[in-house]
Amino acid sequence: MNVRTAALLLCLLPVGLGAQGLDTVGSAEKGFAGLGADAEGFSLPQPGTTFDFPADHGPHSTFRIEWWYLTATLEDAEGTEYGVQWTLFRSAMRPERGEGWDTPQIWMGHAALTSADSHYVAERLARGGIGQAGVTATPFSAHIDDWQMTAISPDGIDDLSLTARGSDFAYDLTLNADTPLVLHGEDGYSVKSREGTASYYYSQPSYVVTGTLTTPDGPVEVTGNGWLDREWSSQPLSAGQSGWDWLSLSFDSGARMMGFRLRDEAGDFTSATWIAPDGSAQPIPDGALTLTPQTSTDIDGRQVPTTWRVELPERDLDVTIDALNPQAWMATRFAYWEGPVSIAGSHQGRGYLEMTGY
Amino acid sequence: MNRTAFLALWSHWRRQPLQLLVLVLGLSLATGLWSAVQAINGQARASYASAAAQLAGNQLDRLTTPSGRIPLETYAELRRAGWQLSPVLTGRMRLGDARLRLIGVDVLSYPVIPSTGGREIAPDEILTPPGRLLASAETRDDLPEDADLPPLVLAPDLPPGTAFTDIATAARLLNRPRELSYLLILPDQPMGPPPLEEIAPDLTHQPPSNQADAAQLTDSFHLNLTAFGLLSFAVGLFIVHGTVGLAFEQRRPLMRTLRALGLPRRNLTALVMGELLVLALVAGTLGLALGYLIAAALLPDVAATLRGLYGAPVAGGLTLRPLWVASGLGMALLGTAIAGAQGVWRLTHMPLLASAGLVGWADAAQKSARIMALSGIALIVAGVLAAFLLPGLIGGFALLAGLLMGAALTLPFLLNTALALLSRTSRAPASVWIWADLRAQLPGLSLALMALLLALATNIGVGTMVSSFRLTFTGWLDQRLMSELYLTAQDDAQGAAIAEWLAPRADAVLPIRAAEITLAGQPAQLYGVADHATYRDHWPLVARTPDLWDRLARGETVIINEQLARSADIWPGETIDLGNWQIEVGGVYSDYGNPAPEAIAGLAPLLDRYPDIENRRFGIRIAPDRADALARDLRAAFDLPDGAITDQAGVKSLSLDIFEKTFVVTAALNVLTLGVASFAILTSLLTLWNKRLPHLAPVWALGMTRARLARLEVLRSVALAGLTAVLALPLGLILAWVLLAVINVQAFGWRLPMHLFPLDWLWLFLLALLAGAAAAAIPARRLHRLPPAALLRIFADER
Repeated sequence: MNVRTAALLLCLLPVGLGAQGLDTVGSAEKGFAGLGADAEGFSLPQPGTTFDFPADHGPHSTFRIEWWYLTATLEDAEGTEYGVQWTLFRSAMRPERGEGWDTPQIWMGHAALTSADSHYVAERLARGGIGQAGVTATPFSAHIDDWQMTAISPDGIDDLSLTARGSDFAYDLTLNADTPLVLHGEDGYSVKSREGTASYYYSQPSYVVTGTLTTPDGPVEVTGNGWLDREWSSQPLSAGQSGWDWLSLSFDSGARMMGFRLRDEAGDFTSATWIAPDGSAQPIPDGALTLTPQTSTDIDGRQVPTTWRVELPERDLDVTIDALNPQAWMATRFAYWEGPVSIAGSHQGRGYLEMTGY
Repeated sequence: MNRTAFLALWSHWRRQPLQLLVLVLGLSLATGLWSAVQAINGQARASYASAAAQLAGNQLDRLTTPSGRIPLETYAELRRAGWQLSPVLTGRMRLGDARLRLIGVDVLSYPVIPSTGGREIAPDEILTPPGRLLASAETRDDLPEDADLPPLVLAPDLPPGTAFTDIATAARLLNRPRELSYLLILPDQPMGPPPLEEIAPDLTHQPPSNQADAAQLTDSFHLNLTAFGLLSFAVGLFIVHGTVGLAFEQRRPLMRTLRALGLPRRNLTALVMGELLVLALVAGTLGLALGYLIAAALLPDVAATLRGLYGAPVAGGLTLRPLWVASGLGMALLGTAIAGAQGVWRLTHMPLLASAGLVGWADAAQKSARIMALSGIALIVAGVLAAFLLPGLIGGFALLAGLLMGAALTLPFLLNTALALLSRTSRAPASVWIWADLRAQLPGLSLALMALLLALATNIGVGTMVSSFRLTFTGWLDQRLMSELYLTAQDDAQGAAIAEWLAPRADAVLPIRAAEITLAGQPAQLYGVADHATYRDHWPLVARTPDLWDRLARGETVIINEQLARSADIWPGETIDLGNWQIEVGGVYSDYGNPAPEAIAGLAPLLDRYPDIENRRFGIRIAPDRADALARDLRAAFDLPDGAITDQAGVKSLSLDIFEKTFVVTAALNVLTLGVASFAILTSLLTLWNKRLPHLAPVWALGMTRARLARLEVLRSVALAGLTAVLALPLGLILAWVLLAVINVQAFGWRLPMHLFPLDWLWLFLLALLAGAAAAAIPARRLHRLPPAALLRIFADER
């Protein structure tokens, strides 16, 4: 047995990773690899809680899992499209911070750079407590090894610098936003099942991004849009949920939508947030959003739907989303699909799609 | 025809079951001893390989510091710079009598976690307190039951005495929370991180080949064993040669008859070779079984030796390897081919109707004695040359091989000369005949006597080495273990409390404190010693400068152990790099039984540089008659476990125990070799039997009784064995010198003074005489009971 690749994935990452890619690991009874388990000693999200910024940009050690998740759709001067992902996951084995090696806090970073014909992925693992990885709220800075997401302006997360590099790619981007943060669900209390499991969830969906991507072909200057998701919880999924499909869409009209579907034997659970061009957000309850797989792509024997029909009748939304690179598989220790998509139909635009449990 | 011929040839063995037994036994012994050594070597190598594979970090480049300590912050900074590294913290723990080597790795980044045979470890089990230790069952069994350790998970392939764990657990157990031993450079690095030389100038980049590993360290030991195995094999072949020769000799008339009846020479040769092949396979198989048993019996001691001397991990269990079986059988076949070649050659060149050559054969052999002696001298010269030309241990063994083989080859000439000189002293016809007969017998016995010479010389040489070593070692232990009691506290706080408690009660409390550093590329200990007469008056130094202890206390000098001095060639007056501490070496001390380099500084200067090293171990000086009472009080006052206090006698017996185990194999092979040699004389005498009768019959006819002839037969054999033993003595002493002054230095890193043990020689001389007498007993008894008719027939048949 290999402790790291087997046990860590079986036991630790499921706890830590929430919906970020579960593959064949989860068993049906326990939901996504044990995410339905009791959250003993860990804090649970409570409805009616008010976020406290900037403190809530920082880590919440008493919660089992947390992430700082940035995706960006970019293009260069010739109009070539790219997608970038930067994610820092925190996973706690016990609800405490701890010092030095003894900390129960484990950090994991995923970075990806996607174009129509290539998909670069890198991954980092680190323990908290020794300075290798962590997040501070003021001034905001999140890092793992040399990857970082750091505030350029003194408070908040409106202006960020973002870097990551793997063995065959790197990026160095600047992000600026001037719209308010979007709180999903009920003031940031985002329900994830009919049984009531939930997470705290807020986003900054409208960064303007500029910077440089580096691939083996050399550096490219790019511009585009970025979307940051912040989420933390101890038990975001319920038993029976076998995977999820999540998307963030930015329409040419200036409106945006976050939506997800949690696949469940007893009937899928959907949720969405409609974000008006001025940044005001309206939660969309379970059942209103319909996500229908259209065509699937074979990725190493897995059938992954890479074209979807997305319908939200109350907003007259009926679009097809199509992966820029259907092979955007995150072949990390804990594999999932994540990549940029284009939107066509009643609305046009670009977005990001994430699918786990395939 | 072939079948009939085969049956006829085979009937010989039915009539001579003892001869068959001797042949099979001889070949089995030779194969067995050789295979045993191979099995031990193979097992040890497999252990090293599996250990290396389990601790996969061995194949990666490392970043190290001379001090063997890397601050945790340095690791975090390098990570922040993008370098993908995996930190490792290693250290030794003392748990009662057991020592445990801890390898703490960051399980999130370490390349391969050792196999736990299917038992899964949940990440929070290994990552959060109390953590888990991965270790083999052998390691577990060695640990004291009351040891305060995290739960153990069995990892069968881990080396004995080693536990693998997460770095957090290791840091807790070793109480070294903010330092690392080395950093592995992982294969997958991001594009464009700043060069290591710029961001970490203090760290040394070490490629994997520069790391001394168990396989390299122990090469010398295995070469030693192999040499012994080959020697045993060679001696065993003497037996086979004797018996095969005898069988050919006795079947000569039969073969002549077969040939006369029309059996083509080619068929006869094929039949004889087929017979040898079958015998070789049967004996080889038996030998393998024997070898397996010997190896299984010796391996635990060898494993203990390798661990004790080199810190090399060897499991005590033996596994059967196909290659080993093949090589064992191969050696049996090869040995039979070598031993039987002469017989087969003679057979194919045998004149069809010639009568059994008697004196002619001996004459030819006698002529060749001179040639053999000349080639023997050439071999000795070649051996001496090789010692100068070839590097290290190989040269040493070449010298040994040349000396032994050369001396063996000159033996017949020397014996012949000695006998010729002795015969001049006799006037009486009977004694003149006795000397002459002895000389005539010599060629037939010379091979067996060479075997005896080799066995005796090896015995003297190895015995002298082991005894010299034991004498030096016990003397050294007396010097080195001066404290009456040795104490290990649970932690620094308890250590401090105990020291305070002891101050008014003991004559002196000497802290034993050490920092882990890197010396000559190996992990090493840097000890600090208090300025006390215990060290000044007794510490066993092999070289020193004046004012040594005063300068040591002032931090102006350090002393290093002999292994380090010899391997790094640093001697008093020269400077050593102790990791950011360039300091003059003031002395070299002998440090037997320690695999690692080591250095000793003054306690105060050491603490200046390493203020945080643990303070848990103490030597306690007290009047010996009060030691027991003090130990009792100490245990009661601090509720110490049994293993926490050891008295001097306990440590000594433990050390001597390790020492004895080291030479168990040597002693066993020694005895076996001698046994084999006596056996060879017996078979040679039996071979000569048929040829002897035509010589004896006339003497008998002249009036000498069979009883007297039988007594003379024994006497002759004893005389030859005695002469050989006398010649073996100088050879054995030269061998001992080579072992002590050349081989030991190369193999273990220390040179030992040579002591002489004449009583042992006398004992061995008697043993040789006994071997000669025992070997001649059967032929003599047969001669004594021979019907006169048989002697008379000689005149009819042969003369």
